[in-house]
Amino acid sequence: MSSEVETGLPQARYSYGGDEYVFVELSEAMSLKVNFRAMAITNGLQEENIEGIMDICPSNASYMVRIDPEVLHPDDLISRLKELDEEVGDVHGFELETRVVDVPVMIEDPWTYETLMRFRDRHQDPNATDLEYSARINGYDTKEAFIEALLGSPWLVTMIGFVPGLPWCYQLVPPEEQIEVPKYVRPRTYTPERAFGFGGGFAVVYSVEGAGGYQLFGRAPAPVLDVKQRLKDFQDSIVFPRPGDIFNYRRIDREEYNRIEAEVEEGTFEYKKKEFVFHPDRSLEDPHAYNEEILGVLYGD
Amino acid sequence: MAIRVRQPGLLTTVQDTGRFGEYAIGMPPSGAMDVFSYQVGNYLVGNEEGAAGLEITYFGPELEFTEDAVIAVTGAEMPPKINGEEVATWETLRVAEGDVLSFDYLKSGARSYLAVAGGIDVPVFMHSRSTYTLIGLGGHEGRALKEGDELKVGEAPARASGQVGKKVDGAHIPEYSREVELRVIIGLASYRVTPESMEEFLSTEWTVTTDADRVGYRYRGGEIKFVEREQPAGAGADPANVVDFGYPIGSIQVPGGVEPIVLMNDAVTGGGYATIGTVISADRDRLAQSKTNDKTRFRQVDLEEALRARKERQRQMAEIRESLG
Repeated sequence: MSSEVETGLPQARYSYGGDEYVFVELSEAMSLKVNFRAMAITNGLQEENIEGIMDICPSNASYMVRIDPEVLHPDDLISRLKELDEEVGDVHGFELETRVVDVPVMIEDPWTYETLMRFRDRHQDPNATDLEYSARINGYDTKEAFIEALLGSPWLVTMIGFVPGLPWCYQLVPPEEQIEVPKYVRPRTYTPERAFGFGGGFAVVYSVEGAGGYQLFGRAPAPVLDVKQRLKDFQDSIVFPRPGDIFNYRRIDREEYNRIEAEVEEGTFEYKKKEFVFHPDRSLEDPHAYNEEILGVLYGD
Repeated sequence: MAIRVRQPGLLTTVQDTGRFGEYAIGMPPSGAMDVFSYQVGNYLVGNEEGAAGLEITYFGPELEFTEDAVIAVTGAEMPPKINGEEVATWETLRVAEGDVLSFDYLKSGARSYLAVAGGIDVPVFMHSRSTYTLIGLGGHEGRALKEGDELKVGEAPARASGQVGKKVDGAHIPEYSREVELRVIIGLASYRVTPESMEEFLSTEWTVTTDADRVGYRYRGGEIKFVEREQPAGAGADPANVVDFGYPIGSIQVPGGVEPIVLMNDAVTGGGYATIGTVISADRDRLAQSKTNDKTRFRQVDLEEALRARKERQRQMAEIRESLG
């Protein structure tokens, strides 16, 4: 327990996921710092090209490694992971080569509105929309003020999964400004593809149509998954988001939604994005000032 | 050489060992649910390991061969017939051009596997031929087979003809009971469950519900209580919720405390429900042969026992392979 006192970091839990996985929960609580740690450790592990590793999956406040236990014993991996954890420490000085991406979303679009009305009986507050409910429980006087907070600061992609391409995003704001909402009381059986949703402390874009329990706020006109790889952004991978990406969700109107949708249809759409070296230290120190700089890189010339 | 699908059966898909290395983008491995039966099928017809076959679920298809072929049917007891005459399972068979393979009703187990010498030749997508129906990729057009489909078969290995008539030793042929014991390693976020509930989880006889498919199996029969806590940042309000994390294949989660789910080959790769343990790899074959209303018990084992079971299964498969070589 002495290391906990020295670094102020919660003690990580190392666990076997059957005989083929090692699961490491760095912290029960989400924070930007813990996600930076998960990324730094898994990036470090990736670089070591250790034989017997089949999958390395960073997630929000944890990570998971799939192994062939005949080649790499889970205990040997855990020993190495503990060393990596110490090397990473509190991620001081850690740099992340990433991208800043403009992600257009239409808030209160007709498609998710129709969906959320259909499933009112599964919601905490059947008499309000998901947005009205979320604004209220987060202490915002108006829906507009809530939308402003939601779209006023960029987000870090902290995990990909559930289904291929779905990004979990955590906002780059101080802990006291983090928005938090519960998931539906009972999950919906339907969610439109590209719905912009929110659950726990995370914003997501549903990559495919399907069941879902997140509050529905809007819809993105551009995909995060393109199995046929028609669009330029998907030439190397069927999935667009990468852990560590910085997404700026930008509010658009119906007209722009239609225009982007048509570009996607024609195969000409490309996300506006810039290469960026992200310094977690700076984000943790003064997130709002750093966000200004990040958005300057994305939208400046 | 091709196979013409006259009737598709309930759910028949092209599967191989799976699509590994893509879990981090949310892509589950897919692949044969019962790896043992699938692999032994390949041994029987002389295929290389990893050749694609058909996974046949609950109710079999009717397939016409447009050329001579060497085949084997393994897995669930769903008696195969060639031109209406019952033929053996776990044995290498020859079929002639125009022959029709059909299946009788399921007697035990859940999934049969058809291996064809040369393998089912569908395009490789992200280093696998396995079908992942949720987003429609891999396999034959990313979906289960339909009436009228034609499947190409790869060139049969030279030794295929010599395999005809070979049989798997009866001692190696699994019997599928309607009561299954699955070994689990308790862990992951098991700290969320009270010790009494963990005991109950391990002593309850669970029943497979109607939600039992390639994504996962849901069970009913008991109730799990979570340790009370102030929910941490990002987790959401429900005590079954955690900060969304990765789900191993075989992992067990208990949404709402009443419905344990074991995730399988087409798993959702992550989410916000507390996971409490993982079914060991050696027992997933038997899980895949269980079905709605079957009884299941979960027995706790340690890593050493899991690794021993894994080795034993590999030793057995090597022995079968040798005996059929």
